[in-house]
Amino acid sequence: MKKILAIIRPDKLEEVKEALEGIGCHGLTVKEVRGRGRQLGITESYRGHDYKVDLLPKTEIEIVTKEDDIENIIQTIITKAQTGDIGDGKIFISSVEEVIRIRTGERGEKAV
Amino acid sequence: MDPFLNSGDTAWMLISTALVILMTIPGVALFYGGLIRRENVLNTIFLSFISFAIVSIIWFVYGYDLAFGADIWGFIGTLANPLFGGVIESNSLSTYAPTIPTGLYAVFQMTFAAITVALISGAVVERMKFSAWLAFIPVWITLVYIPVSHWMWGGGWLAQMGALDFAGGTVVHVNCGMAALALVLLLGARKNSQLLPHHLGYSIIGTGLLWFGWFGFNAGSALGATNLAVSAMIVTNMSAAVGMITWILMDKLETGKPTLLGALSGAIAGLAAITPAAGYVNITAAIIIGFIASICAYYAVSHLKPRLGYDDSLDVFGIHGVCGIVGTLAVGIFATPLINSAIKGGLIAGNPGQIGIQLLAVLVIGVYAFVMTLIIGKIIDMTIGLRVETKDEVQGLDINLHEESGYRLS
Repeated sequence: MKKILAIIRPDKLEEVKEALEGIGCHGLTVKEVRGRGRQLGITESYRGHDYKVDLLPKTEIEIVTKEDDIENIIQTIITKAQTGDIGDGKIFISSVEEVIRIRTGERGEKAV
Repeated sequence: MDPFLNSGDTAWMLISTALVILMTIPGVALFYGGLIRRENVLNTIFLSFISFAIVSIIWFVYGYDLAFGADIWGFIGTLANPLFGGVIESNSLSTYAPTIPTGLYAVFQMTFAAITVALISGAVVERMKFSAWLAFIPVWITLVYIPVSHWMWGGGWLAQMGALDFAGGTVVHVNCGMAALALVLLLGARKNSQLLPHHLGYSIIGTGLLWFGWFGFNAGSALGATNLAVSAMIVTNMSAAVGMITWILMDKLETGKPTLLGALSGAIAGLAAITPAAGYVNITAAIIIGFIASICAYYAVSHLKPRLGYDDSLDVFGIHGVCGIVGTLAVGIFATPLINSAIKGGLIAGNPGQIGIQLLAVLVIGVYAFVMTLIIGKIIDMTIGLRVETKDEVQGLDINLHEESGYRLS
């Protein structure tokens, strides 16, 4: 089992969510986060003065899934969240040792 | 013929008074509230509300009498009716506006005193102790606002010299701008002194209320439902509009993009600058005043402030102080008896001496407000302390000073 942690543009969430549903990936957790990449944020101008805004609002999607589905999910997220401009975000994959469904007590892939 | 109450004038002045109240609560409160960090939104709004409440009380306990009572040596009014005793009961008409009740003139003036204090708060937000602000209001109103308004409007020495300030270019804007500058020099810069508004929507509503209320402020200063009120309303609106457009042009020229906060700031710059001139100048002059004031304020906040390094949080000096000075001097140039037959006019009307008087008024009131505020602020700093703890400032004032937070959306 793997955990996919995708940081995307907040305005891309709906598209990504729908596309994931389309490929049968229903379970996900979404967080509003702030962060920055290599470009170090943007500049805003107030009263003729420029201010560097380091941390930009982003949306984090967390999905735990079976290893077989990983590539499909990654490609779906990339297709829907990509604009080609700086700030499209990143996807991180990590291993998950155990999953437990609280309602039934099921463990492992059955609980994903 | 004895003066008699004119119901039209009285109705207009009641409305004007209400309009100016709206400028402080919630106009200034929302304008400032939107511009600061979200952790300080309640404290910032609170500073305006509490200013209005405290000034309201002081004004009718002794403030109005000292500002507008019978003149003593040109310096202060006579405290003849403390607690406004007997004034309302007597149904008297105002000596300053003989067609409306004394009480109405007094409450109209109260709203000016209140907004002047509330405006100062924009300079000190995000770092001043609430208790220090509570102490500052009555002392500053008593030692600075009341004498200054007496000199200019209550028959004091500047009025006797012929200095002109229709609706508060010196008494309100230069006064609050210089007091703000003095306080920020004492307080020092915020830990995080970036102007990154947390909710420009509040500021948009606040500015709308200010613009709307300014018709009471300026057209109300005609003290009646007269042609002069109409004239003042038109030039007020014109200057605001030109100020807004000018700031947008400056934004475009300097940074490449028009900003909404710039547009709001330009409108306020135009409004502040036309205030002393509203009842004395024509539309052409209003266009020039709005244009020049907006450019001056733009340079003050975007170039002068960073160069000198003081942290006037929301640019009270840069906008109100600077535009108050511009407008007051403009009176000396553009004032004309064709608009207001009670005056001789300024330079263009053939009375160049008026510029000198206006300059003197700006200098005296500016220096007096600055020095007195420094002294008052220093004494508060040595006793109560002006600045909050560093921890409170970093975490935000709402939760630490008031134990409440502006946003709990989940």
